[in-house]
Amino acid sequence: MILTNLPIGETAKVVSIKGNNPVTRRLMEMGVVPGVAVRIVKTAPFGDPLEIRLRGYSLAMRKSEAEAIEVSE
Amino acid sequence: MKVLEVESRAPEAESHPTNKSQIIIALAGNPNAGKTTLFNALTGLKQKVANYPGVTVERKEGVWKLGDAAARLIDLPGLYSLDVTSIDEQISRDVLTGKIENLAKPDVVIAAVDATNLERNLYLVTQLLEYKIPVVIALTMVDLAEKQSLEIDTEKLSELLQVPVVAVKAAQKQGIDELSEKTLGAVQSHYVPRLSWLTEAELLENKEDIHLSLSDDAAANRQIFARYNYISDIYQESVKAVETNERSVSEKIDSVLTHKFFGLVILIAVLLVVFQTIFSWAELPMNLLESGFGALGEFAKAQLPEGVLTDLIVDGIIAGVGGVLVFLPQILLLFLFISLLEDTGYMSRAAFLLDKLMSKFGLHGKAFLPLMSSFACAIPGIMAARTIENPKDRLATIMVAPFMSCSARLPVYTLMIATFFAGRTVFGFLSLGAVLMLAMYILGIVVAIVVAFILKRTLLKSPPPPFVMELPPYRLPNLRTVLQNMFNNGWMFVKRAGTVILAISIILWALAYFPRTNTETFVPADANASAEEIQKAKEDFQQSEQLRNSYAGRLGHLIEPAIAPLGFDWKIGIALISSFAAREVLVSTLSIIYSVGKDATEESDTLKDALRDEKRDDGSAVWTPLTALTLMVFFVLAIQCMSTVAIVRRETNSWSWTLFMVGYMTALAYIAAFITYQVGKLFLS
Repeated sequence: MILTNLPIGETAKVVSIKGNNPVTRRLMEMGVVPGVAVRIVKTAPFGDPLEIRLRGYSLAMRKSEAEAIEVSE
Repeated sequence: MKVLEVESRAPEAESHPTNKSQIIIALAGNPNAGKTTLFNALTGLKQKVANYPGVTVERKEGVWKLGDAAARLIDLPGLYSLDVTSIDEQISRDVLTGKIENLAKPDVVIAAVDATNLERNLYLVTQLLEYKIPVVIALTMVDLAEKQSLEIDTEKLSELLQVPVVAVKAAQKQGIDELSEKTLGAVQSHYVPRLSWLTEAELLENKEDIHLSLSDDAAANRQIFARYNYISDIYQESVKAVETNERSVSEKIDSVLTHKFFGLVILIAVLLVVFQTIFSWAELPMNLLESGFGALGEFAKAQLPEGVLTDLIVDGIIAGVGGVLVFLPQILLLFLFISLLEDTGYMSRAAFLLDKLMSKFGLHGKAFLPLMSSFACAIPGIMAARTIENPKDRLATIMVAPFMSCSARLPVYTLMIATFFAGRTVFGFLSLGAVLMLAMYILGIVVAIVVAFILKRTLLKSPPPPFVMELPPYRLPNLRTVLQNMFNNGWMFVKRAGTVILAISIILWALAYFPRTNTETFVPADANASAEEIQKAKEDFQQSEQLRNSYAGRLGHLIEPAIAPLGFDWKIGIALISSFAAREVLVSTLSIIYSVGKDATEESDTLKDALRDEKRDDGSAVWTPLTALTLMVFFVLAIQCMSTVAIVRRETNSWSWTLFMVGYMTALAYIAAFITYQVGKLFLS
């Protein structure tokens, strides 16, 4: 499923990153690569951006950016 | 314990010529990894800050005493990756490949690696190694890692990476000696480990032709995955993390600070406190500076012989330099708060909360601070735009910051409103003056939004940069780093802006000073006035004659045809020219022109009366409420501030952008004033 469908507080493993653009490149360089465990922490007011936790740190991204991330069920 | 087997030199190690005069060391690391604190600890006060030629990237360099040698330590911008196509990364790559003028390829790179965030920090390390330069890791935040129950076996880590790892506590200067030792060792050994995560083909790639690997997505992705796989394996073997489901301290703090509702409320409160504090704390030092320079001027005038040179020094140079330094308290305070907000980690939370709103206007979340500061004064506001990483976003923010009605516009608004709109109400209870004031502020904001929008669609067009942004853990700021940052920025402002402002001050002074007018013919209006009053009236008259006949006065006449459609005459023209120095100068210039004396302020009744009484040759009034409104509209949009021009030049490192801004602001001010006056005339007739 897409990362944005992952409920808050749940952990999942990244399966793939869809697309090839500056956003996906940045996500991958920040450590969002297949195999890594991620957890959704919260969303900002108005639902956007969202905060995830991975590799021991917190990363914020817009919903539109998170839609490129495919995670395991 | 020894971890490097120096005799087995890896095939990739390059041999450097050893006839270089000085050891060059680059300092790299992720943002928030403690790099700056480390830099300060290594160089002490022996640092200098400048710009790389042609760009706005800050160039920070210092001297690090390595044993007997004095090494040049180059602080690279905080980076997550070297492969990104933006200016900070480009400059860093140039430093690492020796492409920067007068800067040879570094002998060693020190990588500041945050122990609480090891995997992502090591990503940059793998990239640094690909440049075939020896790396020494300075492991920072070790105490924080301990608190998080992270057990890092630094020896194992060093062994697996084949790179020296030294735990440092920069603030307490712990580990610095060992770091020096390992660095000297690396300089001498030139040792670079085998880059096992790269394929044979990738190993042969020339880092000087980086655009090749950056454009091929499949190849780039493969490299990214390979690096992280390599890192993950090493991490598993050298770090023991106690499994805990407990939320970190930062997460707990964030449950309040980024709360959907309270988060915003707290943010607004924080911003209000910051601005209120800057305003009130800066006031005293600013007044002191102002009177200090006034006193200096008086002293100089008394001590030096009468003449042109003395006048130049007192009214041109001292007044000009004083005009620059008066901004210093505000700038220092603003940078103090910016440092505090950034170093504690709160700045990114603010960007997180405001991104949705700011992106609607095409601006980055971090643009809120520069734009808000500009309501007090655009100068520190524009300097604050440095926190925006993307250069096009930064430039767009700088270009529109001056539209935020700053405090210097207030004397102008106040004078106009008090003279022509006093006492009137709207809807029976709102004061017309307050409504007009608000209207001016809103006009500025609306124009800023429109201009930013247009710029982002045309000249500064770029694909919307990724928002993807780290939320660093909350940390106590390092006081020394904060203060050093504050003073570096303050000093840079004085140095660069000062030279431009000084030059313009002298020019404006000369325009008003030459040619000299000798008015012996003065007839007092009231023959029964006291000798003192007659003397003052004579002085006022002489001052006004001097101004009218000066080059500034002639320029006023010259531009009169151009400003007549705005309802302005040549005397107002003179005031417009002189107030280019600073907006509030309009008030004193008008006072001089109308012979009220240069000490009048926007409150003085004599000035207000003089404005109302001023008549044209045909007997009609020069100043009407419409003229006053037109002038206010002009001042909302015009760049009547040489200090702003100077600081924009400094921050953009480009005369073209600066002059472009002056150009479109003047054009917009003219057009808006034109529309106001002409439409107003239609309405009134």
